[in-house]
Amino acid sequence: MQANLRVSRYDPEAPEPSARMQDYQIEVPEHFTVLDALIQVREEEDPSLAMRCSCRASICGSCAMRVNGQARLACKTRLSAVAAEGEPVTIEPMGNQRVVKDLVVDLGLFWNKIRAVEPYLQPAGDEPEEEYIASDESMQNLITPMGCIMCGACVSDCTALEVDENFLGPAALAKAYRFVADPRDGASHERLQTLNEYGGVWDCTRCYMCVEVCPVGVAPMDRIMELRDSVMNEVGVTTPGARHVESFARSVARSGWLDETMLAVDSWGRFNIPKLLSQAPLGLRVLVRGKLPLPWPFHHKRAGAEFVGRIFKRWESRKQ
Amino acid sequence: MKYAFYPGCVSRGGTPELYTSTMAIAGKLGIELEEIVGASCTGAGVLQEKGLKLGDTLNARTFAMAERLGLTTILNICSTCQGVMAQANQRLLADADYLAEINEELEPEGLEYTGRVVIKHLAWVIVEEVGLDALKALVTNPLPGLKAAPFYGCYILRPSSALGLDQNPGREQYLERIIEACGAEPVNFPGRLKCCGFPILLINERNSMKMVADHTISAKEHGADCMVTPCPLCHLNLDGQQPNAAGRAGRKIGVPILHLPQLIGLAMGFSPKELGMNQHIVSTKAMVEKASVRA
Repeated sequence: MQANLRVSRYDPEAPEPSARMQDYQIEVPEHFTVLDALIQVREEEDPSLAMRCSCRASICGSCAMRVNGQARLACKTRLSAVAAEGEPVTIEPMGNQRVVKDLVVDLGLFWNKIRAVEPYLQPAGDEPEEEYIASDESMQNLITPMGCIMCGACVSDCTALEVDENFLGPAALAKAYRFVADPRDGASHERLQTLNEYGGVWDCTRCYMCVEVCPVGVAPMDRIMELRDSVMNEVGVTTPGARHVESFARSVARSGWLDETMLAVDSWGRFNIPKLLSQAPLGLRVLVRGKLPLPWPFHHKRAGAEFVGRIFKRWESRKQ
Repeated sequence: MKYAFYPGCVSRGGTPELYTSTMAIAGKLGIELEEIVGASCTGAGVLQEKGLKLGDTLNARTFAMAERLGLTTILNICSTCQGVMAQANQRLLADADYLAEINEELEPEGLEYTGRVVIKHLAWVIVEEVGLDALKALVTNPLPGLKAAPFYGCYILRPSSALGLDQNPGREQYLERIIEACGAEPVNFPGRLKCCGFPILLINERNSMKMVADHTISAKEHGADCMVTPCPLCHLNLDGQQPNAAGRAGRKIGVPILHLPQLIGLAMGFSPKELGMNQHIVSTKAMVEKASVRA
């Protein structure tokens, strides 16, 4: 098949460095991956093309890059699966990280965030004479986060990191989960306190981008949601994020549906007078346009709300 | 074609114009809607933070109610409801024991979910069941010259496995196809598949507003006269919070945000008022004038 590749090029040593797209047309076998094609370009067309790669088997995590706008492992992506008729396959470096050259990014941000969650066991008490013992069942939910190959694809496409570099990001939070949930770790409470702060679990937008791009099924966002539940149980309902969840549950349990206005008031804090006053202009604009949802106690119950409330009660009693 | 209609919380709360405009176009499209009375909130991904089983039970209840109406397709008008329901249905259908456990919780209400429900967003129903040719035939007031930037909302796109995007890859382009069928021009811009920031509006307002500013400014810079979304939560942020985002960004934005049925309704000849466009925070006047629709 003919491969039409449009590759992002950036040379930091150029007189005026700036990214540009360069097209390559090469003949490749049908089974080629994006990485195979790039290596062919480098070996036969243009030895100046810079990229990272190593194992070529989705194990080392070196070759993450954006293919047609989405982070992928180049070695795990068949060219034929991403090539559309008449359109070039666009290949760019990962996002949210500084480009060093062509398809190579500086992974400093990625590793700094991983280091920030102290990615090592911190057992409490005296060391056992032999190994630490953990039951099979207690380790089951660690299998997926332990499968992370540190490729950085989730960090590349994280929509929260895109607007705030302070966010720990999906890879580091999935790693944090791996230690919080480890029965041998003795620092879970302290870890959860840290994760409850700005930049931690509550800054995730729940956009599923990391779940979508992770090449090994770690599903970082799902791990972040589990951490949120752990934070609420272990640290308490102390942040707007936690109050948001509690208010949401309260209104659905009571009426069967969401009390949008009360959700806002509860999340900011019912006695957060400056914040509530600051929302008056928006409240007025919405009121004038006839779409301010009336909060509790005017928020009506839906038919069968008592059955919804029963589902909540039974779920809570079982959880306890 | 008759559907079990799930309006969601927000079309009955913060964006009533979505409900109005859906009702306006449904009849013309030959879509008969029977509302699932008494259906609860899907959980919107928030209740799922407390535990997936809680949300799955609530959604199984809604699916069972649809089956009780004798209907097998639930029609959503919210990307978030679509995604959350699709994920719940995927889990329920994957494990018969899990479904049986959840049905025990529904038993006191006399409900049982048998697993026959298909969940579709209005955009999918229009493209896959009504058909774009049928939609074009209903366009009496095409919108030539109007440039509309599609904004999908996360939950109608991801996770793609739960939303059937592998089997229906075209779903990532349905808004563009509908915009074209309405005689308008779709605008491609980098934010079209990203997050609007609404889920963190009440948690990290600064980040949320940066997302609103980034997407609306980017759409404008790519030539859009308006943005079109199938998600009322995106609308709440992109429209309702746009003045806030503009203030923080230190510049005017002024990009009108249309609900999908509003764009279709304009092309079908409904007046902006009939579609509730007077209820928007960002004025739609200039866009309406450009689209040459009757005021």
